[in-house]
Amino acid sequence: MAPEIGHFALVMALMLALLGASVPHIGIHLGNRRLMALADRVAVGLFLMVAISFGCLMYSFVTSDFSVLLVAANSHTAKPMLYKISGVWGNHEGSLMLWILILTVFAAAVSLAGRKLPLHFRARVLSVQCLLAVGFLLFILLTSNPFLRLNPAPAEGNGLNPLLQDPGLAFHPPMLYLGYVGLSVSFSFAVAALIDGEVTPLWARWVRPWTLMAWIFLTGGIALGSWWSYYELGWGGWWFWDPVENASFMPWLAAAALLHSAIVVEKRDALKSWTILLAIVAFSFSLLGTFLVRSGVLTSVHAFAVDPARGIFILIFLAIAIGSSLTLYAWRAPKLVPGGLFGMVSRESALVLNNILLSCFAAVVLVGTLYPLVMEAFNAGQISVGAPFFNYGATVLMSPLIVALGIGPLLAWKRGRLSRAAQIMLPALGVALVAALAVLWHSSGQLIMTAVGLALAAWLIASVFLEVAERTQLFKKPGRFWARAKAIPRASWGMSLAHAGLAVIVLGITISTAWTKEELKLVSPGDTVKVGAYDFRFNGVAPVAGPNYTAVRAFFDVTKNGKKIAKLAPEDRVYAHPMMETTEAAIRPLLTGDLYAVIGQAAGGGKWSVRLYFKPFISGLWTGALMMMLGGLLSLSDRRRRIGAPTGSKAKKPSTKLKEA
Amino acid sequence: MQRFLPLIVVAALAALFLSMLLRDRNPHEIKSVMMGKESPAFTLPALLEADKQVTDDVLRTGHPVLVNFFASWCVPCRAEHANLMKLAKEHHIPIIGINYKDDPAKARAYLAELGDPYVTIAADLHGRTGIDWGVTGVPETFIVDGNGKIRDRLWGPVVVDSIEKKILPEIEAIK
Repeated sequence: MAPEIGHFALVMALMLALLGASVPHIGIHLGNRRLMALADRVAVGLFLMVAISFGCLMYSFVTSDFSVLLVAANSHTAKPMLYKISGVWGNHEGSLMLWILILTVFAAAVSLAGRKLPLHFRARVLSVQCLLAVGFLLFILLTSNPFLRLNPAPAEGNGLNPLLQDPGLAFHPPMLYLGYVGLSVSFSFAVAALIDGEVTPLWARWVRPWTLMAWIFLTGGIALGSWWSYYELGWGGWWFWDPVENASFMPWLAAAALLHSAIVVEKRDALKSWTILLAIVAFSFSLLGTFLVRSGVLTSVHAFAVDPARGIFILIFLAIAIGSSLTLYAWRAPKLVPGGLFGMVSRESALVLNNILLSCFAAVVLVGTLYPLVMEAFNAGQISVGAPFFNYGATVLMSPLIVALGIGPLLAWKRGRLSRAAQIMLPALGVALVAALAVLWHSSGQLIMTAVGLALAAWLIASVFLEVAERTQLFKKPGRFWARAKAIPRASWGMSLAHAGLAVIVLGITISTAWTKEELKLVSPGDTVKVGAYDFRFNGVAPVAGPNYTAVRAFFDVTKNGKKIAKLAPEDRVYAHPMMETTEAAIRPLLTGDLYAVIGQAAGGGKWSVRLYFKPFISGLWTGALMMMLGGLLSLSDRRRRIGAPTGSKAKKPSTKLKEA
Repeated sequence: MQRFLPLIVVAALAALFLSMLLRDRNPHEIKSVMMGKESPAFTLPALLEADKQVTDDVLRTGHPVLVNFFASWCVPCRAEHANLMKLAKEHHIPIIGINYKDDPAKARAYLAELGDPYVTIAADLHGRTGIDWGVTGVPETFIVDGNGKIRDRLWGPVVVDSIEKKILPEIEAIK
């Protein structure tokens, strides 16, 4: 029964979305407030319908109802409950359901949290959001119905890909989708502003919290995915420039650029047209990611089952959504008159530089991801673009970004003084030089890129510290530090924390790349392998039986100078449904780095192949990402009072009226 | 003009994606597509004899042949090599080698070390011929009748099982 209810609710949702996508525009045209206010009710109703539908699908998974094709194909009774639930979005149809659920959550959130937006503007935003929902609901109902029945029902399901049976990956897609789809709000805001033909500082103030929220989720989603590949794929890599990773990275870069350019719109009424374009582009990157994963155009470990009909459908949807919004942009952009002027050396210029570099990076990633396709399309052969290309682009573009990032926050709006900023930043320059020279001297001039990386990270951390010190006058009047620190807005603390997070990530990448110790050995029980300063003693293996797998577990004692540090127990698992082998690396994070052990094949004669690593400061990657997220949250908590709480005269009138509606 | 730029980029990308979608490029469908079809033409430099060329004429001698894609960098190729030697020496089946995306010097060293089961070897330096044949990776082996028609395709290394159940019976059937 549940699947039929779910299917029905989905059809109802489509009807509501069609209503919400059309009626509010008519209401705005006629000046009819009741019709405009319909958008709010539709948004909430749409969310309820989709939630019911999603709930029904989840119910089928949890109760292992194998008469539903999707459940039979992707679940199994012996699976732990967590993975029965995460199995809902571990496949094409279910992940689309998650996508549309989040889309409607955001629509309802805009409606409920944005009560103080002018009614006509909120109605516009919601109707754009509804239009997006129409596209995705049609996609699900026409090409990817998750509620198809299977008759006769099999006694047992096929199971979920064992690689996906992992806590990190259970939460990675929802997190990432919250980010992807969160950008739809920025998109809807941009399209609504284009339809109205005006972008005000107020608009930037409304759109920033939503963008920030999406960016926080994206950061978390990408970090989780990277963490997962680090410990699950079994060789300690954490980023592969895989097309789908790139697809999640491009919206992140665009969202980061948007966050910064919206500040300029909010404070200085400049960069309007560019900011609108970024909002459209950021969500377009999200849509592109969905297309690449589902169409089979690019091959990747993340790809879902290939179906050309789906590819065509989503391409048409993509073309309509992105094409029409960009046409609207081309038509309206000349109307967006730039406001504030600013000098070459100013906070605005620094943010423009930030935007140029982030956008260039996104463009580099886009080119690298699609280049193999272009080559193939022109029959120039199949090629792949590898990590060196992307790493080169990242180094060339991110280095000046980090240098500018240190100085930017010290420049004044409109016209800053470089000499003042340079004076304050002099110690940071010293710290960076010392770090670089120390590395060069230590490695006798070998590790040039490491020296550059460390210098950049040191520069950034020092400059964040100096900026905070300057703001609180820590060195001039240390006694009043706390009083001043409290007076600094949270958004500013959030900025400092997020920037410091970037420095920690750069530190983690640089140090772990340069000084990782790796040993691949055949060992017998009792053997000791030296990895850097650590001794790994292999104590043999034991069989283990899990709920839906069997495994060989190896035991290592790790010592340093004879002192016990850790016990490690990596596993080599064989899952039964479907048959598949996975490695479970054993990782012990220490203050200085991670101990990392993987057990491989039995090599005969009681010997086992093992891979052992010491990865110094690799946890900096995830610590840094966490700092960025916390910084974002801090900033968000500051402006929570400001979400949809504008202070314009235009905005005040509708808010009171709305309560009657 | 500037404001139309994003639109133009998107239109170009959409056209690119569409052309890729409309092509039949699912590697798993190539099996049914290639089987029974004329083998794709090629003209490639010979690996062992300098200044000589190998063309698809070698597939039209009237005798059934095997076409084997291999590379020195490919571990499963090394694994199947003994079986290819057996096919050539004991069963006297001609095997055409296509050296896929390989360094010719390394390929020659590889053959010097393990023996040469091939009647002739073409060097497919850029993998172009591999794409024409729909090769998804090395090793892959095709059974071609004496008139250039592809009869069957074997993914991965040639194992004893596939020699007995596929290669020998099919070649016998062609004869």
